[in-house]
Amino acid sequence: MQDVTTEKKEFTPTIVAFCCNWCSYAGADLAGSSRLTYPANVKIIRVPCSCRVNPMFVLKAFQQGADGVILCGCHPGDCHYVTGNYYTRRRMALLYSFLNYMGIEKERTRVEWVSAAEGARFAAVMNDFVKQVTDLGENKRLTDLRVKEGE
Amino acid sequence: MQRIGVFICWCGSNIAATVDVEKVAEVIKNEPGVVFSTNYQYMCSENGQQLIKQAIKEHNLTGIVIGACSPRMHEATFRKAAEAAGLNPYMVEVANIREHCSWIHKDMEEATEKAVILVRTAIAKVKLNAPLTAGESPVIKRALVIGGGIAGIQAALDIADAGFEVDIVEKNSTIGGRMAQIDKTFPTLDCSACILTPKMVDCAQHEKIDILSYSEIEEVKGFVGNFSVKIRRKARYVDETKCTGCKLCMEKCPSKKGLNEFNMNLNTRTAIHIPFAQAIPNVAVIDASQCLKMKTGKCGICQKFCDVGAIDFEQKDTFIDRQYGAIVVATGFKPIDLDNFNEYGYHDNKDVVTSLELERLMNAAGPTNGVLLRPSDGKHPKVITFIQCVGSRDTSGCGKPYCSKICCMYTAKHAMLIREKYPDTEVHVFYIDVRTPGKNYDEFFRRAVEQYGVDYIKGMVGKVYNENGKLMVQGSNLIDNEQITIESDLVVLAAAIEPEPSVRKIATLLTTSIDTNNFLTESHAKLCPVESPTAGVFLAGVCQGPKDILETVSQASACAAKVIGLLVKDKLKSNPCVAMPDEMMCNGCSQCANVCAYGAISYVDKEFRLGGGKTEVRRVASVNPAVCQGCGACTVTCPSGAMDLKGFSSKQIMSEVEAICKM
Amino acid sequence: MTKQERIDNMMRLSGTDVRKCMKCGKCSGRCPAFKDMDIKPHQFVSMLGQGKIDQLLESKAIWNCLACMACVERCPRGVAPAAVVEAVRDTVVRAQGANGLKAEDIPPIVDEFIPQQLLVSAYRKYNK
Repeated sequence: MQDVTTEKKEFTPTIVAFCCNWCSYAGADLAGSSRLTYPANVKIIRVPCSCRVNPMFVLKAFQQGADGVILCGCHPGDCHYVTGNYYTRRRMALLYSFLNYMGIEKERTRVEWVSAAEGARFAAVMNDFVKQVTDLGENKRLTDLRVKEGE
Repeated sequence: MQRIGVFICWCGSNIAATVDVEKVAEVIKNEPGVVFSTNYQYMCSENGQQLIKQAIKEHNLTGIVIGACSPRMHEATFRKAAEAAGLNPYMVEVANIREHCSWIHKDMEEATEKAVILVRTAIAKVKLNAPLTAGESPVIKRALVIGGGIAGIQAALDIADAGFEVDIVEKNSTIGGRMAQIDKTFPTLDCSACILTPKMVDCAQHEKIDILSYSEIEEVKGFVGNFSVKIRRKARYVDETKCTGCKLCMEKCPSKKGLNEFNMNLNTRTAIHIPFAQAIPNVAVIDASQCLKMKTGKCGICQKFCDVGAIDFEQKDTFIDRQYGAIVVATGFKPIDLDNFNEYGYHDNKDVVTSLELERLMNAAGPTNGVLLRPSDGKHPKVITFIQCVGSRDTSGCGKPYCSKICCMYTAKHAMLIREKYPDTEVHVFYIDVRTPGKNYDEFFRRAVEQYGVDYIKGMVGKVYNENGKLMVQGSNLIDNEQITIESDLVVLAAAIEPEPSVRKIATLLTTSIDTNNFLTESHAKLCPVESPTAGVFLAGVCQGPKDILETVSQASACAAKVIGLLVKDKLKSNPCVAMPDEMMCNGCSQCANVCAYGAISYVDKEFRLGGGKTEVRRVASVNPAVCQGCGACTVTCPSGAMDLKGFSSKQIMSEVEAICKM
Repeated sequence: MTKQERIDNMMRLSGTDVRKCMKCGKCSGRCPAFKDMDIKPHQFVSMLGQGKIDQLLESKAIWNCLACMACVERCPRGVAPAAVVEAVRDTVVRAQGANGLKAEDIPPIVDEFIPQQLLVSAYRKYNK
């Protein structure tokens, strides 16, 4: 029940999810066709493989005001492109620890493996991640202030 | 100026029930660049597509966004519609407002708001889309089959029968593989040689099949439709074109102490030999490590006696290069080494044999001419104990974690054949589980028990030891909760099977994936079981997973069907969403080539103008669009940002991120 | 302690995962003390899995097990039946409040090839 009269709205984080086309995007589709709910503030960007996600994209998301970024790929060993998700795993381990060092809590970032058959898991992961980021509150560290000026 | 059209689908009530589609279309109208926005009940229907085509023509649209179901569902449909209306099919983006929006949310306001954002994100992307054209590459109408066992033979025959040239590359001096070593086959008990050798002869006589025996794959380049393969033809020291297979050399050769691999080292052979009578090609080969002439320089008797002058001690390995459109890997298996299982006494007792050795001991062409005699003293064994799962289903690290699949059936076969031929023999089988799924398989196993009186003991053997020349087999009988010791004359171990070790090198050459057990990985465990993830490479037989002859032949024929389907095409269309380097930014560091799982990136020297009439030659990356699968690993690896992926460019994804975050 | 806690405790003590057992019986096939055991090595694994710990605690076999580890050595699934026997034995000994082993009792010269577990179990057996 949202109280429309109060001026300050309840904090709903902006979350960017990168999903690989072959496993996680299909897993998200399955979550949909199984009518499993997860919060609307998760927005999915389709990439061919999790290894297409440049650390720059994650930084860009935080700069543009995202409160959390999650990256989903095929399970290790199941990558459609054979080894793509291994690269992802290494890159993101580095990037996330670097972000943590810069003061972006590591709970704001996550890498998850979701297969095309795991609709329920996709929804569960998203619910859990949204809750985690909501508990952390707004991300202010990297945000380009100009972005949120208009609000 | 971009002219974007937006089409919001109701999907009946699937979307319209939770997303206010009219409001979405209305809000989107005011987006910069959008010149047309509408909604319709079913965009994917004939009428819906008509609507899209008309709008493209009427409003002269440069790009379209469809707000509908998952792009995995109808992206291809809408691309075709766009193409029909004269728009490049890659100027289409789909915003997934069904699976990712209407179906997961209940609140209409919330879902509508999200749908607007998703459509805006797609608009942001489509603005940066570029028209793409799928490339084409020619198909070389010739197939390569690696491995000349029953899988390779079947695949080659099927492909050749369809009219395509096939080369079989076999590392041994004859084709036939493991099946040639087997005596009888389950569940029909027909003679293995009787059904295999006619197929081998067919291969030899087929005008479209070229058998390259005693050869190995040395190098593979290229991609689907256009592989270039270097094949090493090992020196066999016998001229294949001259040898008639008369075997006179084998009679005269004085070096007779070589272990006969074909008979599982149970007897010996001469240095110059033909592995077995029905070998194809029926041409001798000299074992250089055993030949006296090669070792000491003194002998050459075979050369003197060879009427046709086929023997050539000076022969060297030669290499041939051939082009292929498709490759079938059929490298087969071997039983595992039993070094980790000294409890069964395999290395200490001659009368502890593996099942494949027993197969030779029972084969009419084997070392005992088909009479079952035990290796130690050549006597008839009266008590025979079989032990199943030797090294299979073993997660302790000594053996293999998987079930070898064929052992239950061949053990039942052996037990049955022995009881039939020698009814005075006692046969015991220690088993953990008897696994006999398959047509007439369980019936076959039950026959061994019910009709032939084979004693199946549920339990496992703990140790085999020699006591006064008798093999004592100590094991458990779990049904009776007993520990029993069986005094046996012969012990047969159903050793686990593993892929032929050379497959690892072949997997590397073909850049196809291989699992921790050395089995080649199929593209999809259920729906693409014969395709490898590398386009144009197909898998047949045990190299992909344990299987019996029936399944191997089925898979080989399935491979052939896939190969034929590929080779009948004159040109292959490729995915245009491939990586593309900006040559001005590339510094030739090779990082991208290192991460590419497909070997799609090579380097070329290019001349660049520096201005002032000067030029410079630089090494820059070059992507082969026919090989690139479009994963994007290279784009992220590139330290100078030169590499980008068409259809999923960094700019496009960045603008999507921006659109999502700027709410 | 509830029964479940006692079962969990015994599983933890054993340090082995009884669910990995595929019931092949190789442990009992190899066991040199099989004849003297009222509960057989494979039954220890299976009964702990089923939570039948009261029967196990009454077993005489825990004093017959040689702790030779042949069953552990031969198990194709990496289960350690001897460790289950040891866990039951430990539980019995602790319940009696009589830990038969004292550091000073250990003879100064110990053959390094004797499995440690054999020593431990022998002390417990003969110190009673």
